[in-house]
Amino acid sequence: MVERKLISGNYAIAEAAIRAGCRFFAGYPITPSSEIAERMAELLPKYDGIFIQMEDEIASMGAVIGASLTGAKALTATSGPGFSLKQENLGFAIMGEIPVVVVNVQRGGPSTGLPTFPGQQDLMQTRWGRHGDQELIVFTPDSVQEAYELTIRSFNLAEKYRTPVVLLGDEVVSQMKEQIEIPEEVEIIDREFPTVAPEEYYPFDGSKGLVPPLAPYGKGYRFHITGLTHDKTGFPTSDPKIVRKQLERKLNKIRKNRDDIVEVEEFLLDNAEYAIFALGSVARAAKQAVIDLREERIPIGLLRPITLWPFCDKEVTNLAKKVKNIFVVEMNYGQIVGEVERFAKRYTDVDWFGRADGRLIPPREIKSFIKEKIQ
Amino acid sequence: MKTEVAKKYLRLEKLPTLWCPGCGHGLILSSLLRALDFLNLERDKIALISGIGCSGRTPGYVDVHSLHTTHGRALPFATGIKLMKPEFNVIAVMGDGDCAAIGGNHFIHTARRNIDITAIIFNNGIYGMTGGQVSPTTPYGAYASTAPYGQMEEPFDIVELALGAGATYVARSSIYEIPKLDRIIADGIKHKGFSVIDVITVCPVTFGRRNELTENPMMNLRYIRDITVPMKKAEKMSEKELKGKWITGIFRDVDKPNLIDLYRELNERVKSSAVGESTIEGVEESKETG
Repeated sequence: MVERKLISGNYAIAEAAIRAGCRFFAGYPITPSSEIAERMAELLPKYDGIFIQMEDEIASMGAVIGASLTGAKALTATSGPGFSLKQENLGFAIMGEIPVVVVNVQRGGPSTGLPTFPGQQDLMQTRWGRHGDQELIVFTPDSVQEAYELTIRSFNLAEKYRTPVVLLGDEVVSQMKEQIEIPEEVEIIDREFPTVAPEEYYPFDGSKGLVPPLAPYGKGYRFHITGLTHDKTGFPTSDPKIVRKQLERKLNKIRKNRDDIVEVEEFLLDNAEYAIFALGSVARAAKQAVIDLREERIPIGLLRPITLWPFCDKEVTNLAKKVKNIFVVEMNYGQIVGEVERFAKRYTDVDWFGRADGRLIPPREIKSFIKEKIQ
Repeated sequence: MKTEVAKKYLRLEKLPTLWCPGCGHGLILSSLLRALDFLNLERDKIALISGIGCSGRTPGYVDVHSLHTTHGRALPFATGIKLMKPEFNVIAVMGDGDCAAIGGNHFIHTARRNIDITAIIFNNGIYGMTGGQVSPTTPYGAYASTAPYGQMEEPFDIVELALGAGATYVARSSIYEIPKLDRIIADGIKHKGFSVIDVITVCPVTFGRRNELTENPMMNLRYIRDITVPMKKAEKMSEKELKGKWITGIFRDVDKPNLIDLYRELNERVKSSAVGESTIEGVEESKETG
């Protein structure tokens, strides 16, 4: 029987994490994500896990990476300012290819900004907030139900692709309570264990696939991990051929698997002549706007990225070939619109609407913006 | 060092080290290896973690779980490992800038938590790898590339910092007294709780050149001898005589509840009470204890 439950987004994330097999949480208090830490503090001891409140966000990120190296599934959660601090060690996890899940509950920025109000101002920080070229996976839920499901998917893909995954929510999705259905069975993916003997094991060997297995500590596989550019053994090198080969493999393990990673929702896009592109809580309002505009016989639909990064480039291009106009609506001053333009501009017009003042963009604002544009 | 100890714990193919001639880091590494050998620790249950700088390269030479992390962050990574692998010997090696400047917050909080990790500080009072900038332990008046007219700030005393923050094993030694250093490192690893071992060493290249030392190893050792004073001798010295000197010895060695044991007790307590309340659909609660 499917279990139904009235639950907040933050609690749903914590409970889904336990369900996914997460047994380690390190964090630091920050609004509006703290309830994730609080719920994990309560739950983890019951499952023989460890919760620790660290001295800062940097330390929390370091601790989850350390825990993951032992084979544990590890989680940390934060909001914008804390996410800025996590970037340093998040970059290390990308370089060392260490699976971890980071929740960033977006609030209004910049700086301390609007702690108790929603924002979508970290879309680009999530993608490019660290130095260096890199790929990572970012999911963006628009409901409590999806926050639950994407938390499990975040852990699964972190393990599958040996990478950090960011669950990028916002204050609305995290703080609101909705009734969700808790699936009886969920797919759980665990990281691959090496198939070779310890003396033949190289933690960054891409010869058998883009994602080399990561041996957990204490199983006879002793290896080295560094943030320096390294060869397949994990030891530092500056040989340009090896540097390029390793970096390209790290990028390609995400890029070449984008079809497995990228997920979008298409809402009333069949026979649509216009489309809205929106994500997270803004997409909820956009959906209502689509319904209202359809009632006025305006043929419009919605494309909603569920996976924010890697970007849904193909889906945007395909949509652009079909519609007269794409309206990008976001709670910031123009972030994801640049990506949409990259993949749509050759085929169709892209118009942008947004603001970031801590208040949700209601359906009526989206509606009047679109009506003004198409008349 | 005895060949068999070297063969047992070193990744010989990674030698020679990148450390400069006359550097004290190799002496500290060999002390560490002798301590591991003395305690007869299993390589598969050792995690050796570092931050950034010359000391950061240490784990790469040792055939254990070696992790070269970000600047100042060795202790948070070590904390995550130790919490999930309580049976491991977790050792963090740090430079003085690594530990007391950029990693200062992690250092005091790891001490406060009294988690069973051993921290060894390769304290040469300079940022060596980046070319000799002042560090938080550069002696007052010493010259550095970012203190061309002499350091004006007072140095941090890492031992005092560790004592104040609650570390339960705190010692200082130097590369001038290697047999003692061997014992202190072994003691620190054996100690259940956070152990801090401040090792006074010297960078002959980036510190020495600017401070009238040469690359002659004996002269460097004499310098270390002159700036350190054993605890017993220090008791008879005046404050003036002790100015600019580091006191060596064991400053604290006490048993206090350590974080790993506290977590074990917590999990047992939580699992044995209030079972069934507020748990997660679809997940079996862990019923085992111990």
